[in-house]
Amino acid sequence: MTEITPKVIKDHGLSDAEYQTILRILGREPNLTELGIFSVMWSEHCSYKSSKKWLKTLPTKAPWVICGPGENAGIIDIGDGQACIFKMESHNHPSYIEPYQGATTGVGGILRDIFTMGARPVANLNALHFGAPDHPKTRHLVSGVVAGIAGYGNCMGIPTVGGECDFHPSYNGNILVNAMTVGVADTAKIFYSAATGAGNPLVYVGSKTGRDGIHGATMASAEFNEDSEEKRPTVQVGDPFTEKLVLEACLELMQTDCIIAIQDMGAAGLTCSTFEMASNGGVGVELNLDKVPQRETGMTPYEMMLSESQERMLMVLRPGTEETARRIFEKWELEFSVCGVLTDTGRMVLTKDGKVVGDLPIDPLAKASPEYDRPWTPSPKAPYVAVEDVKAPNDLGQVLKTLVGSPTIASKRWIWEQYDHMVMGDTVQRPGGDAAVVRVHGTRKGLAMTSDCTPRYCQADPFEGGKQAVAEAWRNITASGGLPLAITDCMNFGNPEKPKIMGQFVGCIRGMSEACLALEFPVVSGNVSFYNETQGEGIQPTPSIGGVGVLKDVASMATVAFRTAGQGIVLVGETRGHLGSSLYLRTVEGREEGAPPPVDLAAERRNGDFVRDLIANGLVKTCHDLADGGLGVALAEMCMAGGIGATVYGHDGGLPLHAWLFGEDQARYLVAVDNPEAMVAEAVRAGVPAAIIGVTGGDCLTVGESLSIPVAELRGIHEGWLPKLMA
Amino acid sequence: MRAAVIVFPGSNCDRDVMVALQQSMGRAPHMVWHRETGMPEVDLIVVPGGFSYGDYLRSGAMAAHSPIMKEVVRRANAGVAVLGICNGFQILTEAGLLPGVLMRNAGLKFICRDVGLRVETADSLFTRPYRKGQVVRFPIAHNDGNYFADEATLKRLEDGDRIAFRYASSDGKTDAAANPNGSLRNIAGILNERRNVLGLMPHPERLADPELGGTDGRPMFDGLVKAFAA
Repeated sequence: MTEITPKVIKDHGLSDAEYQTILRILGREPNLTELGIFSVMWSEHCSYKSSKKWLKTLPTKAPWVICGPGENAGIIDIGDGQACIFKMESHNHPSYIEPYQGATTGVGGILRDIFTMGARPVANLNALHFGAPDHPKTRHLVSGVVAGIAGYGNCMGIPTVGGECDFHPSYNGNILVNAMTVGVADTAKIFYSAATGAGNPLVYVGSKTGRDGIHGATMASAEFNEDSEEKRPTVQVGDPFTEKLVLEACLELMQTDCIIAIQDMGAAGLTCSTFEMASNGGVGVELNLDKVPQRETGMTPYEMMLSESQERMLMVLRPGTEETARRIFEKWELEFSVCGVLTDTGRMVLTKDGKVVGDLPIDPLAKASPEYDRPWTPSPKAPYVAVEDVKAPNDLGQVLKTLVGSPTIASKRWIWEQYDHMVMGDTVQRPGGDAAVVRVHGTRKGLAMTSDCTPRYCQADPFEGGKQAVAEAWRNITASGGLPLAITDCMNFGNPEKPKIMGQFVGCIRGMSEACLALEFPVVSGNVSFYNETQGEGIQPTPSIGGVGVLKDVASMATVAFRTAGQGIVLVGETRGHLGSSLYLRTVEGREEGAPPPVDLAAERRNGDFVRDLIANGLVKTCHDLADGGLGVALAEMCMAGGIGATVYGHDGGLPLHAWLFGEDQARYLVAVDNPEAMVAEAVRAGVPAAIIGVTGGDCLTVGESLSIPVAELRGIHEGWLPKLMA
Repeated sequence: MRAAVIVFPGSNCDRDVMVALQQSMGRAPHMVWHRETGMPEVDLIVVPGGFSYGDYLRSGAMAAHSPIMKEVVRRANAGVAVLGICNGFQILTEAGLLPGVLMRNAGLKFICRDVGLRVETADSLFTRPYRKGQVVRFPIAHNDGNYFADEATLKRLEDGDRIAFRYASSDGKTDAAANPNGSLRNIAGILNERRNVLGLMPHPERLADPELGGTDGRPMFDGLVKAFAA
């Protein structure tokens, strides 16, 4: 037996105070297996101990929310007896160490979270943030991460339809790989994790348990290594083929009434799944480790409980249904083992070789995990950058070319052509637009999905940045014609033990909360990833927002592409030429500074609702939200997408042209319509600022006398950057 | 028309092709699990796309040895129409129903996008609705679509008018620029000698619905239904 020394405790990431709590809960010293269980259950990853206090403040309710945060994923009602189940999760650290397997298992994990609840996954998205393009590791990481995401999703046959990818030196040592899955279920067939009914069988299905990923959350001690020389602190390895079988087998079993509760084994594997299921249902568990299917011989209880082997699920079945369930899993050639039984003791009792190897109370571990009110300091406000403080460029055309070919704006086709984005036959809006749209199979409805965050805004002002991330997700769904319903958040930050980082977290949460409330766009699921730091330097605060909305009929969907010549181009929303923290300032002037554009949530709501109604009524087929690079970049994107040029008359305001073209004021859209005068009149009646700024047609994007570039040339620059980087 | 779709562990375009068949046939095809050794009398058997057995050994290699494949081969030899799409094409080559192999894409990456295809022969059940020389647009989505065969085989295919589709530009040029995966002579789909078996890498079932962006794939299914209605 390994002695529980202060070093062993420390190596398991437990503080002295936490260990004292363990002694109080148990009334004795834990053995090594028990200590391991405490350490993963109370790890930041599983317990949210630094973030819980703040996550609780996020708005999570709306009439259409069926299930908010706390379960495997969030659930919203999309009408007709159908629910949409979705979540985004980070796999940052493993993806940096081993990009292919790290990304692949990130996708596998989030897929399981969705089908665990009874949903067939219908779409994957991902938010990727890499370091500087010229950093020596960047190309290797991009290539591995993209291949890993592709490798898993393509094999599973779930289309990867959207997301975002950006580059900034703050991610040089900590890339972000956030994976999102969206699924559809019948509201009458949703499955939860609460285990109930003493005497009911606990069943293990899927892959065998191996020694992979054991030290995912905690580091091994020297003593520990002497005890077991076979510890391999490895990143887990994904097997999408097995997961495809697990998916089909689970969905087949879910058509029966065998299942009482089901949970996937994700972080901290068997430990987290058993404790969460038991705690949610208020029962105890007797787990016979001899019955856990094992890939390797001689595994210890510690290893089995902490393994993060992939593609495994745990279920509680109705007594007497075991054989029905077994037949389904055997058809799919998967492991099936009754490995335990529920009890009414409220304790987790682990046995191996007929001996008790662990005996822990469930609720004190699962529900009484530490919760910290980490000290935080408010982020200092970045100073406002006035338009006059940004000099006019010599050549506006050159500026536009630079921006459309910049890492942030450049086409990510090189990435999404590696993803099967059409399988399942319902992708009605492919990648590259504002939101991806997937038809709900067999219906006229569509799910509009997007992933958004502007980290440079969050860096400059976490509160406004948090607001903006939520608003942009809302806007992207709106621009496709969708009614935004809810979000999942994936909060990527540095070390929360630093008050400055904690201040960024608090700021972002507060900003997000305000936007969620004002836009009726609640948070239904999410994930927190702290400690994204290298050598004391944290990443830019990056709260990735995954948004989901619904279109009543995909026939009324809008896309960003100009469709025909001769349509009027209308700019909706107010333009003030805000250049602080803009892409223009960063890319053209090399200045990463200034307060980000403020988000007026009332204007956001008013302008968005107005545009969405026009789309729903069939008056607008072409719509694009204005974001990075402002009006100029949005115009270029609409021209490139449609292969049609545009002539913009210039403007009559007092703004310098570069501020008008590249300012990043929020709550704005561009639309192309047959009758722009009627639309503007309608906007005036609705109290929405709108102005006719030009007309579609020709082969060039022309802005007054200042700029005229062939669309083909813009497209060459836009499409060329990433393939050239990766060549 | 009566049709069957074979389902292997790891098939993932089985539902897509079922939807396309149903749209043209007006009723659902039989879905046949790979462990079966027989199936109902049908006019068409589809071996769908996906990653059968994870493509872990070699694309299509393990599926070719599934129990149902003996029956597929027997029916094909008896003249029943067999359509292998993507992974289905790989399986048909591994099962010996079609010559050649599908190797890893020349660019070593999975590719998912619409491609142009030139119809090389209208003389088959599958291609009759198209004109020879017509350029159609189908999507591809594969890792291993790089068609290879020895010179003698290629000559036999060409001499026998057995090349069904070649990758082509929108104006019908079958040059290197139009070749997405390195396939020899831009070959995207081939027929067997008897012309009742077609294997192709592109997915006609993915563009058989205007809401998905096009309908160039639909005539293939409509044409089969028409052929077997007579």
